[in-house]
This record gives sequence, C-alpha cells and structure tokens, in this order.
Amino acid sequence: MLPSRRRWLVATGLLAPTGLWLGIFLIAPLALVVQFSFATRDTGVARAVLPWTTQAYLTALDPAFLPIFGRTLAYAGATTGLCLLLGFPLAWFIARHGGKYRTVLLAAVLVPFWSSYLARIYAWKALLDGEGLVNRLLGLIGLDRDGGFLLTDGAVVLGLTYGFLPFMVLPLYVACERFDHRLVEASYDLGHGRVSTFVKVVLPGVLPGVLAGSLLVLVPAAGDFVTPRLLGGVDQSTFGSVIDDQFRGGNNWPLGSAMAVLLLVLVVVVLVLRGRRGEDVL
Amino acid sequence: MNRRPWVLGGIAGGVFVFLYAPIAWLAVVSFNDSRSLSRITGFSIRWYAELFDDSRVLESLGLTLRLAVTSAVVSTVIGTLAAFGLRRAFPGRGLWTVLLSLPLVVPEVVLGVALLGFCVKLAGIPLGFGALLAAHVAFSLSFVVVVVRARVAGVDHRLEEAAADLGAGPWVAFRTVTLPLVAPAVAAGAAFAFLLSFDDVVTSSYLTGVGSTTLPVFVYAQAGKRGVSPEIVALSTLMVAVSAALLVAGVMLASRRARASTFVESIRDQ
Repeated sequence: MLPSRRRWLVATGLLAPTGLWLGIFLIAPLALVVQFSFATRDTGVARAVLPWTTQAYLTALDPAFLPIFGRTLAYAGATTGLCLLLGFPLAWFIARHGGKYRTVLLAAVLVPFWSSYLARIYAWKALLDGEGLVNRLLGLIGLDRDGGFLLTDGAVVLGLTYGFLPFMVLPLYVACERFDHRLVEASYDLGHGRVSTFVKVVLPGVLPGVLAGSLLVLVPAAGDFVTPRLLGGVDQSTFGSVIDDQFRGGNNWPLGSAMAVLLLVLVVVVLVLRGRRGEDVL
Repeated sequence: MNRRPWVLGGIAGGVFVFLYAPIAWLAVVSFNDSRSLSRITGFSIRWYAELFDDSRVLESLGLTLRLAVTSAVVSTVIGTLAAFGLRRAFPGRGLWTVLLSLPLVVPEVVLGVALLGFCVKLAGIPLGFGALLAAHVAFSLSFVVVVVRARVAGVDHRLEEAAADLGAGPWVAFRTVTLPLVAPAVAAGAAFAFLLSFDDVVTSSYLTGVGSTTLPVFVYAQAGKRGVSPEIVALSTLMVAVSAALLVAGVMLASRRARASTFVESIRDQ
C-alpha cells in the first residue's frame, strides 16, 4: 500500500468518531432545520408539515422584524467593538509585559469566564440596579440615574461584553505573542510616530487575532437571548429571542427555523469575509 | 510603546476589576441577612442552609455533575484521537478543520433548536440525559481538539524516533513518550469540556426532559418565575467557587507537569 494512502487511512480512522458525532448531532440537525424552514406550520404535535413553502422566509423578512434585526446587529456590533477596545490592551500587556506571570495572568482572565454564566448576569443585575453599587458610586460624583442602569441598551452591551470578553482576549493574546516587536522599533527608527506605527505596523501584524476574536464574539453575541432578556428593557427582542419564542411551546417552528437559517447565513458571510486570514489563530 | 507599560498596566488592571467585580459582589451578597441583593443588612448563612434543604436543587446538581463528567470523558477521548489524526498533512485535512471549527461559530440557540427538532421529529431520542449528552459533546469537542492539537504539533518527533531506535514498538513509544508530553493539554481539554457542560444554559434549556433538569436551566427557570432569590445567589457563589477551584487545580497540575518535563529536559540536555 502507498504510504500516502496509508497515512490517509490512519488519519481518517482517528477522526472518524469525531466526524460521526458531529455528523449525527450537528450536521444532520442543522440540515433538518433547513428542511423545517421550508415546511408549513402545524399547530398540532407535528409542528412542521408538508407542503413545502417559502412562507416562513417571507414572514421572517417582513419589515415588522426589521427593528429586531437592527437591534441584534447593533448589540452584537457594539459588543464586538467594546471587547476589542478592552481586550487588545489587556492581551498586549500580558503578552509583552507579563514575563513569567503570563500563564497566571491569562488564567486569571479565564477564572470568571468559567464561573456560572447566570451567576454573572445576576450579579450585574444587582450592581446596575437603582440601589445598586454602580449607581451609588456614580452618585458620589453626581452621575447617578433614577432607577439605575438596568433595563437599558447599555446594560445589555455591558453584560454581553462581560460574557464574551475572554473569547476576544485569547486569540488576541496568541497574535500579540507571535508579533515580532522589533518591527515596532524598526518603524520608530524609520521615522513613524506612535499612531502611524500602530495603524501601519501593529494592526496588520495582529489582524488574524482581531478577526478570529471578533468572529468568536460577534456570533454568540448575535444569538444570545438570555442576557438581553435579563438586563434589557421592555422591548429587547433579538434574533435569538425570536427564534426561542418560535420553538418554546411549539409556537411556529418553520418561522423559527427560517430565522435560524438566516442567522447561520450571517455566520457564513462573516466567515467568507474573514477569508483564510484568521484561520491560523482559531 | 512599551516604554510606558504602566499606562497599559493601568488599563489591564481596570479590565481585571471589570471581570472580578460582579463575582466579588455575589460572594458578599450570598452572606447577606436580608433578601435584598443590593442592600447589605447583616451576616447570615441561612441561604446556604435553605439551599441544601432543597431536594430539587440537589437532584439537578447530581444530574449536572453526571452529565458534565460523561461529556468530558467522551469529548476528551474522541477529541484527542481527532487531534492526533490532524497531526500530519493528508488529503481532506482542510475540510476536517472546517467541520471542527463549525461548533465554535454556530450560535447556541441554533444548536439547541436544531437538536430539539432532531431528537423529537427524526431520531426519536427522548429529551433528557441522552439528548443533553449529544449536544454537550458536540460543542465541547472543538475546544478539546484546538487545545490538544496545539500541544501535539509541539511534540518533537525526534523523541519518538529515538524511542523507536531504542527498540520501543509504536504502542510503547506512544504510551511512554508521546502521551506524557501531551497529557497536560488533554487534562486542560477535559477541564474545558467539563466546565462548558456544567455551565450551559441556552442549548440545554431545549433538551431537558421531565424530571431531568440541569442546574443552570433550573436556576434560569426559577429566576424567570419569581426573580432572583438569595438561595440562587448562594448557589451561584458555590458554582463560582467550584469552577474557580477546578481551574486553579488544572493550572497547578499543568504547571507542575510543565516543571517536571523541564526537569526531564534539563537532565536530557546534560
């Protein structure tokens, strides 16, 4: 047997259990969702039945849902931006100045991440409350707000940023650690200032990390519905919560499926836009 | 830029405060005397006592732990095999990489509803432990593969060749040389998988059956009905403590292993 064929057999054999598991419990269910999205709604136990129709997509793309799409993208976009703003200095600091404490500092970023997701959201609920610590501290400098900061868009973005920040820090850290710092010295020597060195040398160098991190934050932030539901105001429906409503209690499976497919299409678009540049970090 | 690290250090410190503030607050409030989450009135451990009298909480905690351990074992075993499968180039490796990165970018709500439809309409899998395990392994696998694969790529294949030259068969070489080198990454992958499963709300909320609710789903449902109760804060504090303890243990284990392997390397170098 040819060595290359033997190597292929061994690799495929090792990958087979994982491939089977993902094929059965990820790919097949996703394919089923695509099928549901073209089915007709059934209010009985069948949920989705023939005949095939595009009605669910027509409903999903109805202008009435436009504000929900807009809000979801605004939440996810703002969260990604804020994660970049907070995550980059942190990742750069740990990679460049962490010294022998780098692993410990990185682990310290991860400890809250592994704490219960719901616990963190509830803690923010208490902190942002009208009588909460944040409002009272801001009261000392006269910036407090009646009723606190709960139930605002800002609270939702804060909660999402808090929940997904480590997804940004990890790939950024990998990129910062790989970045050759002598390039910065060279840029200074060649007469570039701080800003142009950052824009022309540092940013392109860590771009794979930025892209990978943004993807890992943007996608779950766009799909999350628990955070907006707990921290947001009255009208905080998002993509995720609309999908949730359609499935919970069997309200309208085809519509929920169509929206899930649209969300997946968004993911694919982002993946294609990213191209291969972020792949080596993820 | 690096001449003034204290500016950067200040920002990094601020981010750490942001990360730890809510957790510190939870710990404080869990010992509060009153039901309020924002006003401290006195010290008490009554919420912990009430928590441990609640049989439903203890039952779902048991299920959650069993599920997390099973999911961690399954995804670590098959994920480690997959990481070794991806070690050398072969036709189709790119496609496998795409498949393995898919669970990282499919939103949890989509995975949840997809598996709900799959179990109920197509496969006839009853909701509960089996359905939850299918989901948890599916989203943990990628993390295990990413972590283990990085370490496998770093294994110096000359060490394995040396073992072969010294008469070790492939299995002995793997068990005595390769496996000890990748063990810290396998342990880290297992810890990742355990905690991902232990903490999952969104996907699990679609797949729990009657009488088989996981703890995070139970907490979410309770909070939806009557707001956040102090028992839940106490429970959350315990969950934070357990998660943190596991992570610290994992980091310590990994660094001890790393020190041991540096020790071995220093002996080898002499």
